[in-house]
This record gives sequence, structure tokens and C-alpha cells, in this order.
Amino acid sequence: MRTIDVSEITKNIKEMCIEANHFLSEDMEKVLDRAAEQEESPLGRQILEQLQENRKIAGEDMIPICQDTGMAVIFLEAGQEVHFVGGDLEAAVNEGVRQGYQEGFLRKSVVKDPIQRENTGDNTPAVLHCRIVPGDQVKITVAPKGFGSENMSRVFMLKPADGIEGVKNAILTAVKDAGPNACPPMVVGVGIGGTFEKCALMAKHALTRPVDQRSETPYVREMEEELLAKINASGIGPGGLGGSVTALAVNIETYPTHIAGLPVAVNICCHVNRHSTREL
Amino acid sequence: MDKYISVPLSDEDARSLRAGDYVYLTGTIYTARDAAHKRMQETLEAGGKLPVDMKNNVIYYMGPSPAREGRPIGSAGPTTASRMDKYAPALLDLGLKGMIGKGKRSQAVKDAIVRNGAVYFAAVGGAGALLSKAIVKSEVIAYDDLGTEAIRRLEVENFPVIVVNDCQGNDLYETAIRAYNREG
Repeated sequence: MRTIDVSEITKNIKEMCIEANHFLSEDMEKVLDRAAEQEESPLGRQILEQLQENRKIAGEDMIPICQDTGMAVIFLEAGQEVHFVGGDLEAAVNEGVRQGYQEGFLRKSVVKDPIQRENTGDNTPAVLHCRIVPGDQVKITVAPKGFGSENMSRVFMLKPADGIEGVKNAILTAVKDAGPNACPPMVVGVGIGGTFEKCALMAKHALTRPVDQRSETPYVREMEEELLAKINASGIGPGGLGGSVTALAVNIETYPTHIAGLPVAVNICCHVNRHSTREL
Repeated sequence: MDKYISVPLSDEDARSLRAGDYVYLTGTIYTARDAAHKRMQETLEAGGKLPVDMKNNVIYYMGPSPAREGRPIGSAGPTTASRMDKYAPALLDLGLKGMIGKGKRSQAVKDAIVRNGAVYFAAVGGAGALLSKAIVKSEVIAYDDLGTEAIRRLEVENFPVIVVNDCQGNDLYETAIRAYNREG
């Protein structure tokens, strides 16, 4: 049994909220730099170069990469040998978000009620997904999610007869409908299978996988590559102003599903695909 | 083509802009996004006076992150314009000349742009740190209680935007995407 004080969780989440909003992961930096070289449209290249300059300014002057510093989505995997002490774990997570968004000069974008819409003033609560896993480690991923792209995300409850072609069409439909609204070049997270909520959660989680890492399942890997090529043939381009780089990666997760169903979720993320991971 | 234009936007300048023009704006613009638009709409419905005279002004759909000490503003990139589509035609009919945002507009907004000789510009989404460098002054002038969604008066210098919808009904999103479509 390992004991962890929840104040450790607060401290790490605070730092990760600030880090994720100012620095992209190395795989994202690399793929965006490559996109700036490969883009065919002169305006598209100019936009991608501005995004490079933007990330440089963000890191040097500590100005968030995007003003939409997101709703804080947090994946927390706790080893079953861990005993949390010192308070309520969920409250400690929210305290980390509160401190991170206040001390990091991040935007407070959360409203208390979806209809009454009064801002909570500290960007809490987070959206927390916890899993109990073997071992005595705690793995935390903080993924602030902007809503320009979140709003363009979709769930499709397909029929088994729709098959792989139906799944591909659903993904391409979601991406094309998103177009310029989702701040391309985008990263496309997909969940196939499970239930209504499981496929959505997989699509979100897929966005945290490095963009240069393909699925280990051969047919899924092929699908990821084929869809990326098709999306980039759409012409949407950087900023939606035309070009050959519309998406940076398609990351797909799958799960067993019911004999009657074929759920597909598409979670679209803009080029500011933020996630910071630590293991305690 | 690159153009340097002063804001507020004269009728003449607005009518001269064409989809695809790369424009640097210098002068005064105002921010407003979802909550401020809703409140302005309610004010108009109640027969009240708007906190900003729309005539020849430009609205930037933007809610900034908080400014660090010594800076006028935090990160300051555009938000998705389509959420303001419901409100924009009424403001355009009151004289609003320009809007800055990102993403496609509805046909009703495009029609109101043509009808009023106005223009819709896109700023690069997700470039809020870079764009903040073109903002030299920021002041909340209305709806302070809305926090990041308050109406701000911004002084901008060479603020970079691209004309998407012009007064002739052109739409850069449609033409540019078609030009690079390779689906065959």
C-alpha cells in the first residue's frame, strides 16, 4: 500500500494546466513544423508560419497559445495499491484547476449551469475521468479542451450493416462539416464500438495519443492512414482557407460492442491539441 | 493583395475590400461574443440604446485570457463567428461595417453584408499570443460583469486579418477550399 496526500495531486494539476496551455507536446511541434514545409497553398504556409511564431511567443512571454484555454479534461489512472489521504480526491483535482487557471492567467471559460450560464469564475469544475488500474502508481493527463473544435464533434449510432465504409463516411462527414470552424489543421480523435458514452470517451482519449504513433491493430492503422489522406484531399487547409494540410493525424480507439450496434464518436481538436501527462 | 486600412471602417474602404485580401487594421475596434450579443439583442428588443454605436464600427468576436502585469491584454484570438449569426444581421442593419472571427457565416449574415456594404474578416484561429501583440490598448467599456465576455474597446496596430465575405457576395472559404480539393 502506498500513501499519497491529495495535495500532491493539486500541486501537479496546477502546474500541468499552466504547462499544457503554453507548450505543445514534442510530437505536435514536430508535425506542425513539417506541415509548414509541406503545405501547397502560399496562404496556408503563411498561416502555419504564423502558428509557429505564435507558439514561440507563447513559450517566451508566457501568453497562452490560444485564448480559449479550455475546459480542463483530466484522465486519472490510480493504482489499486494507492491510498489517497488528506481530503477528497475530486476536490483536490478541482483545487489544482482553480489554482492553475488563476495563477497562470488562463481564461475562465466555465459556466455553472448550461442554461443559466453564470461563470464559475475559476474554470472549475474539471471533467474528471478516473480508472482504477493494477499497481501503486498514479498517472494524470491534463487535456484542456477548447470549444471551437469541441462544438464540431459528433456521435453516430450506426448499424452493423453500415460496416467499415459507414464508419469512414461518418468520420469524413464530421470533419468536412467542421471545416474552418474547428481551426484546422486538426487532430481527429475517434472511438468505435462500446456504448453511446464509451465511444465518446474513447474519442476524447484518442486525442492524447502522440500524433506520430499509429494504432497497433493492422486494420485500424490502415484506416487511420487512409482517412488522413482523404481528409487532406478535401482542400479545407490551414485556417479553412484552402490547402493540402487539413488534419495532422487520425487517432482511432476501438472497443467490443453489442450485436445490434456500431457506435462511432468523432472528437475534433484544433491544432492546439494540448495534453500534459505525469506519473506520480 | 495586402492592404493597410484604418478602423472604424469607412463605407468606401468596406466596399473596396475583396475576399482574399490580406488586411492590416489600425485604429479602434470593439470586442463582443455570445453573452454580449445576447444582451445587446435584448436591449434592442426593449427599445434601449446599445453601449456602442454600430455605425462604421468593427466587432471582434473575442474573449481574451487575463493580461499579465505590464501587458494590455492576454491571449486574444478569434472565436467561432457562426454563434453570432443569430444577432449579426440586426447589427449590420444598424451600420456595423466589419466583423472579425473565424469560420463560416450563415446565408442571412452574408446577405446582410451585401445589403449594407460590409465585410467579414477571419483572423487566424489559435494564434492568440501572436495576435495579442497587435493590440496596444484594451479597456472594458460595458458589461463588466460578463468577465472575458465583456465589451472591450481595443486599440490595434496592423492587426492581421483576411477578407472572407465581401459586399459582392464572395466567400473565400468556398472558393479557396474548391481550389485545393483533390477528391476528383
